Amino acid sequence: MTEEFKANGHCETVSVDDEPTAGVVGSQDMTAELCARAPIGMLAELTHRCPLQCGYCSNPIELERVNNELTTEEWCSVMRQAGEMGILQVHLSGGEPTARKDLEEIVSAATEAGLYSNLITAAVTLKRDRLEDLVKRGLDHVQISFQDVDAENAERIGAYPGATQKKLDVARWVTEMGLPLTVNAPIHRQNIHNVGRYIDLALKLGAQRLEIAHVQYYGWAFLNRAALIPTYEQTIQSIDLVENARERLKGVLTIDMVVPDYYAKRPKPCMGGWGKGFMNITPAGKVLPCHAAESIPELHFDNVREQKLLDIWMNSDAFNAFRGTEWMKEPCRSCAFKEIDFGGCRCQAMAMTRDPRNTDPACALSPYHGEMVALAKAEAAKPATEFVYRNPRNAAEALKTKDESLVPAE
Amino acid sequence: MTGATTSPGRLVVDRGTRPKLPPYLKLRHDAGRGRWVLLAPERVLTPDQTAVAVLQLCDGERTVEAIAAKLAEEYSAPVDVITADVLDLLQGLADKGYVKA
Repeated sequence: MTEEFKANGHCETVSVDDEPTAGVVGSQDMTAELCARAPIGMLAELTHRCPLQCGYCSNPIELERVNNELTTEEWCSVMRQAGEMGILQVHLSGGEPTARKDLEEIVSAATEAGLYSNLITAAVTLKRDRLEDLVKRGLDHVQISFQDVDAENAERIGAYPGATQKKLDVARWVTEMGLPLTVNAPIHRQNIHNVGRYIDLALKLGAQRLEIAHVQYYGWAFLNRAALIPTYEQTIQSIDLVENARERLKGVLTIDMVVPDYYAKRPKPCMGGWGKGFMNITPAGKVLPCHAAESIPELHFDNVREQKLLDIWMNSDAFNAFRGTEWMKEPCRSCAFKEIDFGGCRCQAMAMTRDPRNTDPACALSPYHGEMVALAKAEAAKPATEFVYRNPRNAAEALKTKDESLVPAE
Repeated sequence: MTGATTSPGRLVVDRGTRPKLPPYLKLRHDAGRGRWVLLAPERVLTPDQTAVAVLQLCDGERTVEAIAAKLAEEYSAPVDVITADVLDLLQGLADKGYVKA
């Protein structure tokens, strides 16, 4: 979330964040102006392969198979089309984007298309000469995730021994090569005590930016919620700590924060509005309004293998389903905030109430809100459950079981 | 926007500062939207004509004073007003990490 737009009269800032649910955030006027022509951000999930197995992953449980991934030429075409239609920033993500052997060609295509490219990586398998090559091809920015500040805990969370040293090495190379570095800190109950030390780490590494990204409960993270959700008190404390640090570190380190919404009173403006400024391409080429949209069974997604990106943006049923405010039910429909938070998150409404048109249960006006908060508090009060690690075997297991939705208040 | 906070490493912009944009910022004219954009890590900044005029003069050589003088001449505006405006703009950008010296 950013609070910095309209910092002065001559230059506004609009966030185009890669974090799940964040999307495009800025003043209403400026986002409307920028997005009138085309989306400004695109998340390219190049692959679902990943050397790490973090239980907080926001990827869908059903991971895409390698042999169904887009080809090099298909990804390069996506980059060209994105540039032509007016997209400004691309997040090269996954899974682990460096697992694609053709990442170099995709980066070159993004550069030629005029896109500002952000590499979102776990960094454990990235070699120095490869990074150098990517920089030469025009890569603009690197974001590295750290599962914790303490190596042992980090490597337990990611299930990858030796990860921390590798990440530290890559972080150093990034700054040595003159690229801006973002430290990504996925925050949950098993590392929330280290938020302050994440700030120290980012400073030590010379990062330009730190993302304190409280886990959002989609995909694997939804499955692992009882292992991840912090208490209300921990959450508030960590938010205060970040807000103080922001003021202290003005001009030195930018700290972005995505806050968990289970304890909120108002829902997050998910993606900055459905189909408004952001699009997401899956490894197999499906075009989604957000990374979790496939969890809404009634939606059909068009594919870049069959249609042009611009055509999908303009005409796809999935994008039009929840664009604007016409689709809304009460209490959203008559709500004064409907143009501000867009009723929150459709996928969360789906996951918890079984109807994507309902108000996001994170909203205090939702009849499901009380139960959602109670559920979060109860889960956080119990000892953390064991992680269901994100891997194909656990995916197969998890897909067999069916979770239960909430019951609304009387 | 020139607040009172001073952190180690924070650039405090004054008349003698020689501002420049770090290499990872890209000032581009977006033809489709008919406006300038400044691209940064996971950010799009939207400078208006004034900001663009200032940013194009931030080459690490010119001082803020020189930039203001040049703009005052070009736009036939009082140099004091322009200087205050330029300082305000650059401090705001410096505090986001987008202007160095």
